[in-house]
Amino acid sequence: MSFFDVAEAAVAAALDAGARYADARVMHKRYESMEARNGEVEELNSDESAGIGVRALVGSSWGFYAVPDLSDSAARLAGARATAIAKASARVAGPGVDLVPTTVNTATWASECRIDPLAVPLSDKGDLLTHATKTMVEHGADQATGVYQIWDTRKWFVSSEGHRIDQHVRECGAGIQATAIGEGETQVRSYPAARGQYGTRGWELVQGLDLLAHAPRLAEESRELLTAPLCPSGETALILGGEQLFLQIHESVGHAIELDRILGWEAAFAGTSWLDLSQLGSLRYGSELMNITIDPTLPGALGSFGFDDEGTPAAKRYAVKDGIWVGVLAGRDSAALAGLDYGGSVRADGWARLPMVRMTNVGLEPGPHTLEQIIAETDDGVFMEHNRSWSIDDKRLNFQFGCEIAYEVKNGKKGRMLRNPTYTGIGPKFWQSMDMLSSEIEYWGTPNCGKGQPTQVGHTGHPSAPARFRNVRVGVRA
Amino acid sequence: MNVSQTAEQVLDLAVRALPGAEVDVTADAVHRGLTRFANSRIHQNVAEDTVSVRLRAHLDGRTVTTTTTLTSPEGLTSLVSRTAAAVRSAPRDPGWPGLAPAAPLVLSGVVDEATRDASPDDRAARVRDFVDAAGGLETAGYCQTGHWSGAYRNSAGQALAAQATTAELDGIARDAGADGVARRSSVRLSDLDGAAQGARAAAKARSQADPVELPPDRYEVILEPEAVADLLTNFALFGFNAKAVQERRSFAEVGAAQFDEAISLYDEPREPFDGEGTPRTRLALVEKGVTTALAHDRRTAAVAGAASTGHGGSAAWGPILNNLGFAPGAGSTEEMISRIKRGLLITDLWYTRVLDPRTLALTGLTRNGVWLIEGGEVTRPVRNMRFTQLYPQALGPGAVLGVGAEAVPQPSRVFLGAWTAPALHLASWNITGNASG
Repeated sequence: MSFFDVAEAAVAAALDAGARYADARVMHKRYESMEARNGEVEELNSDESAGIGVRALVGSSWGFYAVPDLSDSAARLAGARATAIAKASARVAGPGVDLVPTTVNTATWASECRIDPLAVPLSDKGDLLTHATKTMVEHGADQATGVYQIWDTRKWFVSSEGHRIDQHVRECGAGIQATAIGEGETQVRSYPAARGQYGTRGWELVQGLDLLAHAPRLAEESRELLTAPLCPSGETALILGGEQLFLQIHESVGHAIELDRILGWEAAFAGTSWLDLSQLGSLRYGSELMNITIDPTLPGALGSFGFDDEGTPAAKRYAVKDGIWVGVLAGRDSAALAGLDYGGSVRADGWARLPMVRMTNVGLEPGPHTLEQIIAETDDGVFMEHNRSWSIDDKRLNFQFGCEIAYEVKNGKKGRMLRNPTYTGIGPKFWQSMDMLSSEIEYWGTPNCGKGQPTQVGHTGHPSAPARFRNVRVGVRA
Repeated sequence: MNVSQTAEQVLDLAVRALPGAEVDVTADAVHRGLTRFANSRIHQNVAEDTVSVRLRAHLDGRTVTTTTTLTSPEGLTSLVSRTAAAVRSAPRDPGWPGLAPAAPLVLSGVVDEATRDASPDDRAARVRDFVDAAGGLETAGYCQTGHWSGAYRNSAGQALAAQATTAELDGIARDAGADGVARRSSVRLSDLDGAAQGARAAAKARSQADPVELPPDRYEVILEPEAVADLLTNFALFGFNAKAVQERRSFAEVGAAQFDEAISLYDEPREPFDGEGTPRTRLALVEKGVTTALAHDRRTAAVAGAASTGHGGSAAWGPILNNLGFAPGAGSTEEMISRIKRGLLITDLWYTRVLDPRTLALTGLTRNGVWLIEGGEVTRPVRNMRFTQLYPQALGPGAVLGVGAEAVPQPSRVFLGAWTAPALHLASWNITGNASG
């Protein structure tokens, strides 16, 4: 019995029990991670998970049931239970649920992978992290950590509309971090990103990072930060490195354009959005330099796939075009309710989780400048890079970010290092102040985006480059 | 096959496959039912029955941990084979603290049969009560019931098994864009009163019409239990974690008077043992303002020459507290309000993030209701604000002006986790921005 057969049995049972639509995902997921500290491995995990999740629609209500048993009988029981749960939802029912049409596909898709990360010997991977962290300690770090993570996911999706799709998504990434501890505070430096860099690629991604080469610099910068002057307080020109700007995109654009938030479906837990659907197509989100795309077709980015978890094929669309809000991240039911004609952004982080609207690759299209030009054209400002903390209100408007490191910019030159840099603002006002944008785009990956109850971890990608913003408040203090 | 039998079988297989290894096994069965509502209707209704098995092996100075949800004979055999292959090529682990010795349970888990067997209809009824009590306001939130059954076995002879239940109801009511909230966690679904919570959330939402915007400043505040739960979350993650203390990343110092003498903190576990097989008990962390203990796993305990407190979680993160609580005081929120000349009543804190772990400096925002207190009375609602605050400083000696008499169990994001929080009256809270930026 194939996994497609298992999924089809579940869907058939859901329909027999009274569902008007049903889909089922069989997933088999392998995960491996290693963490090292100060030259020694401190954790090595190897996980394997498999099961089936069934979604059933009865009237205006969804039901979902998941079980780690891939027998025909268990799949049929799961289908029936999903329908029974949907029927119970009718006790507090709402408006009708429709699904926007999507192409019904029989398809296979796999992400690109030149070196299978699970096939790389553990000893080689351990050597990489232990050498990198040992090197950071030798160069002055009090705590030096390194991590890699690998996900290998197979999915078989079947729907009552006739979908039959299997996908093989391989993702991995790594990062290192040096911490220096002073009298009253800690200072941190990370490479290549605060939580590492990740993509839908093989171990060649990690090899390309060259972690060892950056280890001495990180340790030295973390120590130097302990005695650097504080970032000044006030309003100034702010230049953000691409790694920090990707999180700004994630938090103040990506989450804000999630249609389930806009519709209030996540109001209690994740919050809502400041965006009003009646303004789609006319609202000025940012300056004319701001072009944000939703594009799961980008090769190697962490939010890439062939089909989402409703079977909708990956496709590029704009969320913000020339500074105007024009698109949302949607699923088939949320799009139908909002009167839109597209879904394509629904995923779940495992077979036991209900698929929901998630970011795919949400990022900036390139601008005309380079970072060097941006600094050269700034008389007075601050250049911040590498995220250290992030916080934004429940409507995705008021934000405050902290960065690991900053530099004075005076008369077109990068000056002295600054510690504890923070900046704060309101989303649309901030994006409208963007007046220079670099062409130096990188695809940054976020493997830890939390949303949903129980919390699901989403993998998202974010093309981003350095940019400049005018009159931003910096240097907020505790 | 129940979880004890599963754990026993995996231990037998592993001991045979890895002669001379130290081996331990956990098997956890979780049934979770969750009913989410938004726009005053149930929009997600989910259930899962999962069994996961974790096998840890230490051989020739190397350690590896593997897990699976495949519990067929073939799946368990594969788990053991995978572990045996991995441990031989794993990097060295000089910090291995050894296995937990045989020791009996101190606490028994609380299993409420009605909660264990709760149906989607039982949860929907709580949601119906919440929605109805909100009197036409838009509502959103969730009701969850869950049952955990877990077993631990190791090659040093430790054998434990326990069960526990959990129930949570967490919801907001919305009036013209203003939200009010009510949250509660228990081991019994019958403790959750949907009507009472819906009424509290609605009352808070309705009393926020025409809010004022206040300037950044240090304000005297009352934090309600929902907000205090955030303090407990961050103290649990970053404060009393012995690994963070050993690495000088935490403010906590055993024996020091770090808090106001009105503050006592304890951990009251709902799971009777941890993933390393150490029985748990109630742990007093702060007594009358003095830090008295830290949460230890076996690795941090070995470094400190102490005993594990049963808070083993991740080796990389260190010990984890999931059930931290404040001992209640004697005050009521009304009495606290009556003593304030000018201050703020804050219901909830949102999206708090650590700026510096050693000082436990955090930034975040208020949510679900803030009001101005003037002359001992609540006078008007206030727009949400951003704060940037050192949490230990807010509870430091002389900084706590009152502790509420009712400590309310609040849901956490961890299954079987809960924060038990009374209202707190604090001398100062650092507001650093407002809704207009």
